[in-house]
Amino acid sequence: MYSPTVLDHFKNPRNVGEIADADGVGEVGNPVCGDMINVYLKVKDDVIEDIKFKTFGCGAAIAVSSMLTELAKGKTLDEALKITNKDVAAALEGLPKNKLHCSNLGADALHAAIKNYRDRLARKAVAGDAEKVPHIPEKVDGCYCPYCDMENKGQAEFCVSCGADLPHEH
Amino acid sequence: MSVVYLDNYAATPLHPKVKEAMHWIVEEVFGNPSSDHRFGQAAAEALDTARKQTANLLSADPEEIVFTSGGTESVNHAIKGVAFSQRDKGRHIITTNIEHKSVLNCLRTLRLVDYQITSLDVDEYGLLDPAAVEKAITDQTVLITIQMANNEIGTIQPIADIAKIARQKKVVLHTDAVAAAGIIPIDVKALDVDLLSLAANQFNGPNGVGALYVKRGTPLWPLLEGGVQENRKRAGTENVVGIVGLGMAAEMAWLESHDRLAKFQSLRRKLIDGLNARIPHLKFNGHPTQVLPHLVSVSVEFIEGEGLMLLLDEEGICVATRSACASGSLRASHVLIGTGMDFALAQGTLLITFGRDNTEAEVDRLLAVMPKVVQTLRDMSPIYQKSVAG
Repeated sequence: MYSPTVLDHFKNPRNVGEIADADGVGEVGNPVCGDMINVYLKVKDDVIEDIKFKTFGCGAAIAVSSMLTELAKGKTLDEALKITNKDVAAALEGLPKNKLHCSNLGADALHAAIKNYRDRLARKAVAGDAEKVPHIPEKVDGCYCPYCDMENKGQAEFCVSCGADLPHEH
Repeated sequence: MSVVYLDNYAATPLHPKVKEAMHWIVEEVFGNPSSDHRFGQAAAEALDTARKQTANLLSADPEEIVFTSGGTESVNHAIKGVAFSQRDKGRHIITTNIEHKSVLNCLRTLRLVDYQITSLDVDEYGLLDPAAVEKAITDQTVLITIQMANNEIGTIQPIADIAKIARQKKVVLHTDAVAAAGIIPIDVKALDVDLLSLAANQFNGPNGVGALYVKRGTPLWPLLEGGVQENRKRAGTENVVGIVGLGMAAEMAWLESHDRLAKFQSLRRKLIDGLNARIPHLKFNGHPTQVLPHLVSVSVEFIEGEGLMLLLDEEGICVATRSACASGSLRASHVLIGTGMDFALAQGTLLITFGRDNTEAEVDRLLAVMPKVVQTLRDMSPIYQKSVAG
């Protein structure tokens, strides 16, 4: 069900942990909605010198976090802001279709951490405060059943065409 | 490294006697049981034997057994079959919030054609109060469908008490016994149920074959329509190989019942005590005493179950998880939520189910590996860090 790259990053996650004196911290999601990713940054001369993560979530969420840290490390902040959730999924050689919306929130956590760093520089935030953002899945045009691709109403519990259970957010 | 298989709710290894019986039928008998010549009759005889063996497991009469393609078909047949048969009597059905998806999705479909469904709450152990069933019955009620034992937390429902109420109010009672049949003793006459679903893969029989017990005189429309097979209740040429496997599995479950129960109970006790001694912040789910003997449902705080299951698999230990992420639907387990558990804790739930072949040494393997694996994931978890920091 997972690609070999996803399994590798899940089983041997890179850059797990916290940075005690992080320059920026981003926190996305919460355990109630399924996945939660915290990203910690150490920044020098506008470059991400070190990055670490902590994640509550499934195999995909952990692999996404790990791959994200590899993509972001050594990049300038402006370069890092260009990394999208889609890029992370592509670097992992794809994620199962039903995980693309719920578990693929690594880039959101990175962007939140960068914003937190910049807010601290501008004295809009203080050290120790994380930039917290709720997990809002990527907007798609309309709501489509992930199994049969038929259009459904926003809050439908099951697909009107094939009867499949629909995720909370679709 | 030998692999430890502890997901016997998903499927069980075939009993050696089941393999033997299935080998024999594959080699020797290909006929269609509906044919009156010798080839057909050889197959029909094999079906007869399997029907007697399956009936015996339930203390039913052989003619009350309908073979199906498994638990899901049995449940679909019972629910939709009674609903359609009783369509002029009423359109109200009673169930619980923690039934298997095959029950809930059948009822969801019936809602689309104007059936009213009352879905009863259970307590924190997953137990249903029979008085709630009695209160819910109206003059429109045509069916009560309540599982015998829950497949995620193991809680066993007071079916005999519910059956008394159903009988008194003249409502048909179906019990989904897929998780229970072949594991705990069942006597359909003593229970006094009208319909009961079971599946062979729960007790060392093959996947994709099951049975529906239909008490004589129960109103039931066929689900699969066509020929006159299975006493006109289930059309289609029978899966003779699978049914022979089911029959032998039923016979062995009956013969070995005493030994298996003793083994399950001791493995279960050992696992629960061992995990409790080694890992803090665990919650064991299901009723403390009214519970399936071969099933342990444990919620591990601060982590998510799919990761735990994958890491255990890496260590050669196969278990199941009830986390939303692994369920395919991405929704939290309706059973755990139905017992009042919060979503985050439900996410960290493992389901461990024993079979007749499991050993104490295998439980020791799990006990040795699990603390390390849980700690790896907790060290990665932002909520564990917060909780430890207080």
